[in-house]
Formats: sequence, structure tokens, C-alpha cells
Amino acid sequence: MILPGNTSCQGCPISLAMRCLDEIENPVLVIPAGCSTVVAGLHPNSAMKIPVIHVPFASTNAVACGVKEAYKRAGVKANVIAWIGDGAADIGFATLSASATRKDDIITVVVDNEAYMNTGTQASLSTFWKAKTSTSPAGKADERRDLALIMIAHKADYVATATVGYIEDLRRKFRKASQIEGFRFIQIHCPCPPGWRFPSEKTIEIARKAVMSGAWALFEFYDRKLRFSGIGKKFAEKDNRISLAEYLKAQGRFEHLRDEDILAIEKAIDEEWEILKRFSGE
Amino acid sequence: MDLEPIISRMKLGAAGETGTWRNYRPVINKELCNKCKTCFSYCPEGVISEEIEIDYRFCKGCGICKEMCRQKAIEMVQE
Ligand SMILES: Cc1ncc(C[n+]2csc(CCOP(=O)(O)OP(=O)(O)O)c2C)c(N)n1
Ligand code: SF4
Ligand code: SF4
Ligand code: SF4
Ligand SMILES: [Mg+2]
Repeated sequence: MILPGNTSCQGCPISLAMRCLDEIENPVLVIPAGCSTVVAGLHPNSAMKIPVIHVPFASTNAVACGVKEAYKRAGVKANVIAWIGDGAADIGFATLSASATRKDDIITVVVDNEAYMNTGTQASLSTFWKAKTSTSPAGKADERRDLALIMIAHKADYVATATVGYIEDLRRKFRKASQIEGFRFIQIHCPCPPGWRFPSEKTIEIARKAVMSGAWALFEFYDRKLRFSGIGKKFAEKDNRISLAEYLKAQGRFEHLRDEDILAIEKAIDEEWEILKRFSGE
Repeated sequence: MDLEPIISRMKLGAAGETGTWRNYRPVINKELCNKCKTCFSYCPEGVISEEIEIDYRFCKGCGICKEMCRQKAIEMVQE
């Protein structure tokens, strides 16, 4: 769904995620400002084979809702997708929450590269614990917000986390979301070479290490139940995981971490898993 | 209202021939390649065909295909 020769950096996870849109019938994207805007094309050129509407941040889910209604009335079957960054999920959160509560018949995809990359790596609410960004030069002091759990709290019809590291799992979740009606939400973990400071060939390896170390949980919520999905099932068990240090030390944004920092992050991750496991009943 | 000025049109190479960005060129050793298509699936640019041919006009040289190839059939050669 995206043509070669676009503006994405070498090793860009968003470009890879956009390729997977071919699992979805008749997709129409609504994109607020962010890397995805630029990757989708530089005016007057579009890199996308599908319709894209570029919109101001906080309007995204409202525009997507309106576009979907218009298509419905015109008798056109389209999968309208609000395709947003983690920063856009911060800035447009009220609109996103309202859209989920109304059960708008759209898919919201968050390409989560854990910062405001397009403007120079400022920390977002999704930024990982203690990560260095341009607004947290000593490491982020706040928590990482768990957006997918918040969407589950909206009783969304489908919520999934995915990663560019396991592309078949991501493709399956796109397919599945496109076949369900109602409010659907997919958050894709997107390791970003320049923003996280690792070499461009390592995008997939880092993405997989996030899953293998427990730093990124893979799950799906539908029929009011949370289930760990795909390879993510294995890493729900702590004994199966690789060390968190192995994931963190491969990235420049964590070069300042001491052993006690890593232990503190591990504790925070363990607490997140506790919550997830209670939800899943596993 | 004339909307034309705010509409972008689909174009292969929307950012030009991005192959010129490349420092290293991925070269596939056909004898080692077993056509598993892993490189095809993970190339962020989508420049590897299902027949496992690379379109060097647009390949940015990220090296992901080399990292993903279990057969070690891809070598990155300096441009
Ligand atoms: C209303 C408004 N505020 C701020 C900006 C500047 N801006 C452009 S992109 C961006 C960050 C986007 O971050 P994210 O949504 O995470 O996308 P990413 O670039 O990381 O993919 C910001 C703050 C803007 N374009 N519009
Ligand atoms: S900064 Fe990261 S997410 Fe943005 S285009 Fe570059 S690689 Fe992709
Ligand atoms: S990953 Fe390696 S073996 Fe598989 S198709 Fe590509 S070059 Fe061939
Ligand atoms: S180097 Fe990167 S862009 Fe070029 S073919 Fe390999 S994965 Fe694709
Ligand atoms: Mg971001």
C-alpha cells in the first residue's frame, strides 16, 4: 500500500507497518502530523496507493468518524483508519476517547515509536521508562502510559498490541480488525533507528528483543476477554524471557542506565504484567 | 472551490530515487538463497520482489534484509 522511494529513514518501522495495510480491504487513512505524514508523501507526490486525508492533530478520530459515515451513506464499503503516532494519541486523546466511547466504526492504528519523532524525539506519554529524549536528557522520570489498556477500559470491540518485529502476527491482527465492526484499536511497537539510536539494520532485532524481554506484551482483547497472542504467549512467562538489559543495552537512548535503573524498570514491567494477567485470567 | 492545489498524486519515488541514499548495497548470493521470502516480508521499502530481486533504484541500504536472512545469503557491499 506504500510505494518505494518514499521519505522514510533507512530501517523505518512505520514504512514496514504501512506495507501490511494490504491485509485490509479498501483502506482509507486519516493521518495527523508526524512521521507518517511525511512517509505518506511530500506534496504534490503521494507515496500511498490508497486515499489519505491529512488532518490537524486533535481532529483525527472525529474526521475519521465523519468520513466513515459519509461512505456508509454513499454505499461505499471502506475501512477508514485513523493512523496516528503515540504523540498524536497524547495530543488528540480527548477525541480518541470520545470516538471509542461512541463506538465509531473505524480502526485506530497507533504507530508507537515512543516519542515525538518527527519534531526531534521529544518524550511522549508512551516513552519508555528512563529513556533519553530531547526533553528528557537525563532519562524520562515519568511512567510509561499503557494506551491499549486504556482502550480496553472503553470496552472497544477489538484491541490489540502488535510489533513490526513479528510481521505475520501484525498482518493477522490487521486482517482480524478489518473483519470486525465497531471501534477497533491496534498499537504497533515501532523501534525507530534515529530516535532510539541504533543502526538501521537492527529494527527487527530490537523489536523482537522488546517482546522477548517482556518490555512489549502482545495481546488481543475481543468478546470482552484479554488473550496473550502469538509468540507473546511464551513471554508472558517470566522464565522464558531474555534479560531486560539485553534489550536496553542495544539502544543509545539507554546508554546512561545503571544496574539499579534496569532493576527499577524491570519492577515496573512486572507490575504491568501482573495487571495484564489479572485481566486475562491466566 | 478548486481543490487541485491541495491534492497529492500517487508516485513511485515520491522522494526521488532513494537508492542514492545508500552507503552499502545488499547483494544476494543466489546459490545460498532458498527463496524463503523473509527478506521480502521485512524490507521496509518493499523493494525486494517475491522472486527475490532487489530494485536498486529505491533500496536505501538499511541492511535489514541481511540481518533477517538465515541462509546468510545477503552481503552488504560498500558503494
Ligand atoms: C497542533 C500541532 N501541534 C504541534 C505540531 C508539531 N508536531 C508535528 S509532528 C509532532 C509530533 C508527532 O509525534 P507522534 O504522533 O508520536 O508521531 P511520530 O512523528 O513520532 O511518528 C508535533 C508535535 C503540529 N503539527 N500541530
Ligand atoms: S524518525 Fe523513525 S519513525 Fe520517523 S521516519 Fe525516521 S525511522 Fe521512521
Ligand atoms: S531471506 Fe535469504 S534465503 Fe530467504 S529469500 Fe531472502 S535472500 Fe533468500
Ligand atoms: S537494504 Fe533495506 S531497503 Fe534495501 S533491500 Fe535490504 S531491507 Fe530493503
Ligand atoms: Mg511517535
